[in-house]
Amino acid sequence: MPTDDATDLIELTREICRKDLAPRVDDAERARTFPEETFRTLGRAGLLSLPYPEEFGGADQPYEVYLQVVEEIASVWMSVAVGVSVHSLTAYPIASFGTPEQKEALLPGMLSGEQLGAYCLSEPLAGSDIASMTTRATRTDDGWSLKGTKAWISHAGHADYYTTFARTSDDGGRGLSTFVVPGHAEGLSFADPEKKMGLHCDPVAQVMFDQVRIDEGRLVGHEGEGMHIALSALDAGRLGIAAAATGLAQAALDRASEYASEREQFDRRIGDFQGLAFLLADMEAAVTSARATYLHAARLKDAGRGYSKEAAVAKLVATDAAMRVTTDAVQVLGGAGYTEDFPLERYMREAKVTQIFEGTNQIQRLVISRHLLTR
Amino acid sequence: MNIVVCVKYVPDAQAERTFNASDNTTDRDNVDGLLSELDEYAVEEALKIVEAGEGEVTVLTVGPAQAADAIKKALQMGAHKGVHVDDDAIHGSDAVATSLVLAEAIKKIGNEAPVDLVVTGMASTDGTMGVVPTMLAERLGLPAVTFASELTIDGGAGGTATIHRDGDASTQTITATLPALVSVTDQINEPRYPSFKGIMAAKKKPVEKWALADLGIDPSQVGLDAAWTKVEAFAARPPRSQGEIVPDEGDGGRKLAAFLTEHKFV
Repeated sequence: MPTDDATDLIELTREICRKDLAPRVDDAERARTFPEETFRTLGRAGLLSLPYPEEFGGADQPYEVYLQVVEEIASVWMSVAVGVSVHSLTAYPIASFGTPEQKEALLPGMLSGEQLGAYCLSEPLAGSDIASMTTRATRTDDGWSLKGTKAWISHAGHADYYTTFARTSDDGGRGLSTFVVPGHAEGLSFADPEKKMGLHCDPVAQVMFDQVRIDEGRLVGHEGEGMHIALSALDAGRLGIAAAATGLAQAALDRASEYASEREQFDRRIGDFQGLAFLLADMEAAVTSARATYLHAARLKDAGRGYSKEAAVAKLVATDAAMRVTTDAVQVLGGAGYTEDFPLERYMREAKVTQIFEGTNQIQRLVISRHLLTR
Repeated sequence: MNIVVCVKYVPDAQAERTFNASDNTTDRDNVDGLLSELDEYAVEEALKIVEAGEGEVTVLTVGPAQAADAIKKALQMGAHKGVHVDDDAIHGSDAVATSLVLAEAIKKIGNEAPVDLVVTGMASTDGTMGVVPTMLAERLGLPAVTFASELTIDGGAGGTATIHRDGDASTQTITATLPALVSVTDQINEPRYPSFKGIMAAKKKPVEKWALADLGIDPSQVGLDAAWTKVEAFAARPPRSQGEIVPDEGDGGRKLAAFLTEHKFV
């Protein structure tokens, strides 16, 4: 921890996790309810606006610290950690590319802890290939009108605003622009939530824009700058997912270590058998290295240096680690790990999506390799 | 409205708690401590009162150096200033001596601006005696309205404090004129978490450190030697034994009822 403030912040996070999140997570994940009250608690405590400037209501914390908060939350409730990461991402375009007037008008609400954001980038036919999106924004007398369908949107139907990317010209990747759409805007509607394999408390659905009219002041950055903003935001967002995946893996490892220390077979702890001992050691190595990669990228970002490649490495390493560690943790618990009496099977289901969203791990490899190859 | 909240720094109830072998007092060195959870309700209630009107919340603790953490937590929640009475001679004090130190500290706080309300938790989570609030009220000559599950202040500083006290069969409504002492239960509110801004702000809030000499208390009045009671010995609680099994030979129901009656469960 770089400062005493950061240490206090982590302590506060742990207290809220212990008292508020831990008692609710199991039931809520089974019931598939959106933990609105939990987000309010996190918002009131100031945990939804950590990496943003104090003058607009943020806490001015470096990414290095913000990400460790995300990791702590993920080690208790992955859906909530993903929600925190998504919400933080939604304020990024305004904070980084907005005009002073826009920041003044929109950021305080986004960072107040009272609002929750959604991030509308993917479409049914435009996933990894962002530039192929078809949602279109056309000029009106006093602003813009948006039409199209976005897919895989976390907090759909629950969010107070939707940070949305749409096409403003047919010039491929150079024809995209970024908008902030109020949640109550007319013409905005939502499909039924996707029936997912995991992260059941993270409601994900399609968002339909049917001639949604917004003010001129809700275009973020320049017209045509959307692709650049999206990719830049994704670098930051990937670190959130890397940190969350690390927390998930840590939780799985902790449960596995606990079980291997207590469960006895053949008159000794199963952890004393080398087959499991080495498995646990490899899990620890995976978690520790995952943490190191996201912290390394975060420190580059905090120092104002390029970190795009490092963010992709962190996302790749941490989420692959989460998949392997959660799978092995189920193995350590044996039959018990495969039941819903223990959270390990849930961790394993939750880990899978981290290899897919915020850029699939195939895309991460593409990003990394492009940094390596000379033109 | 000036409110003093008395708080205690206690060993974390989730950790392994024990006693010092040398003098049979609570071991505070080998276990993490924190603000007694029952005192969080007192802090929350005081904050709600000043937030709804005006005034200041002073949080007061008596305890060793680490007890500063209990004050820190209350300041992070939003209390305005802290007073920490720390003196080696206080070690081992019983409830009678503790109430003396608290009373003298509150009088000293009152020298600056009169104290309108003293709020405490219903008991500590370590000693769990729950007698200090009443002793303290007696020493300060204040009405003691204790075990409040609801607290309403009417008419500000010169007004009244009305509480609800929940009994088994009825709820009493009790009103006292201010200044008064109110102890609150864990039913009265939902204590807030500190916010990150609160944590930052707490670092700049004033905390006074007082010793017995600052309060004019003779060290012989407090501490282990002055205590009216003393822990002679302690032993770990024996492991829970198996319960009594009542075999049903046609009279199982009656035996069960007899057992429950005997142990005053019904």
